[in-house]
Amino acid sequence: MSHAHDHAASHGSVSSYLTGFVLSVILTVIPFWLVMNGGLNPHDTLLTIAGFAVVQILVHLKYFLHLNFTKEGRVNSLAFLFTALVIVLLVVLSVWIIFSADALMMPY
Amino acid sequence: MTSQVNALHDHAHDHEHHDAGASVELGFWLYLMTDCILFASAFAAYAVLVGNVAGGVAGHDIFELKFVLVETFALLFSSITYGFAMISGHKGNKSALLGWLAVTFLFGATFIGMELHEFGALIAEGHGPDKSAFLSGFFALVGMHGLHVTAGLIWMGIMMAEVIKTGLTGRAMTRLNCLSMFWHFLDIVWICVFTVVYLKGAI
Repeated sequence: MSHAHDHAASHGSVSSYLTGFVLSVILTVIPFWLVMNGGLNPHDTLLTIAGFAVVQILVHLKYFLHLNFTKEGRVNSLAFLFTALVIVLLVVLSVWIIFSADALMMPY
Repeated sequence: MTSQVNALHDHAHDHEHHDAGASVELGFWLYLMTDCILFASAFAAYAVLVGNVAGGVAGHDIFELKFVLVETFALLFSSITYGFAMISGHKGNKSALLGWLAVTFLFGATFIGMELHEFGALIAEGHGPDKSAFLSGFFALVGMHGLHVTAGLIWMGIMMAEVIKTGLTGRAMTRLNCLSMFWHFLDIVWICVFTVVYLKGAI
């Protein structure tokens, strides 16, 4: 019985997949609608769609990839968190360095 | 009595597979984490190059958001149908597993077909990857995701053949679990692509 439960928890159920799917549809449609209708100014639009993307990634990680902090799932989650840190360093610092270099190279 | 012994034997067998499978799946997950870093590098390159259009087109000139929304939904549907395939597989329902895998394959193939159509149209209009740094970055990043999805489709075809031939063995389920992670991972990468490339480009 407990084995069956573990199985369902680690591989998801129909209802958890459906929950994840419905949330993903909502989190996809709203940013598309926002950009296609152009209601907000560009800066606010950019921040909002970035926020929706982060939330949708978390939804996918939880409902589709079943990341969790149980004893069996912890290793995967920690590996992901470490990778997320590497990605932030890689992307943010690359963009920062290159754009700073670009600004410094501009002829006066 | 015999069935009881068989059940015990099956359970022990399953358990063994489960343990071996678990370490394979962890190893595959770690590979996916390195793949994340590969994609992050492509995103960083795109972010740096996006403004350098060399007098040519920028994102808002060439991106068709309605088209991209349909592509996104093809991938989203393929994610949930793959989930249903795995649920059928864990229940031991071979024909349902194969059916859902076939549906997933069709959604994935639709996505790739649409992407090839988009790339073909861009190149035909003279907006190929050789025209500007922006277009190089765009084709490299979106194309790399497309190549991953194509690899996933080939893998899915092979898994369908394996399940048809040898049934739902522990080995097949471990491989299907790895493909599951791969497929859902690519959907997450696509969230970043449609946000950073298409939506940001069209603002």
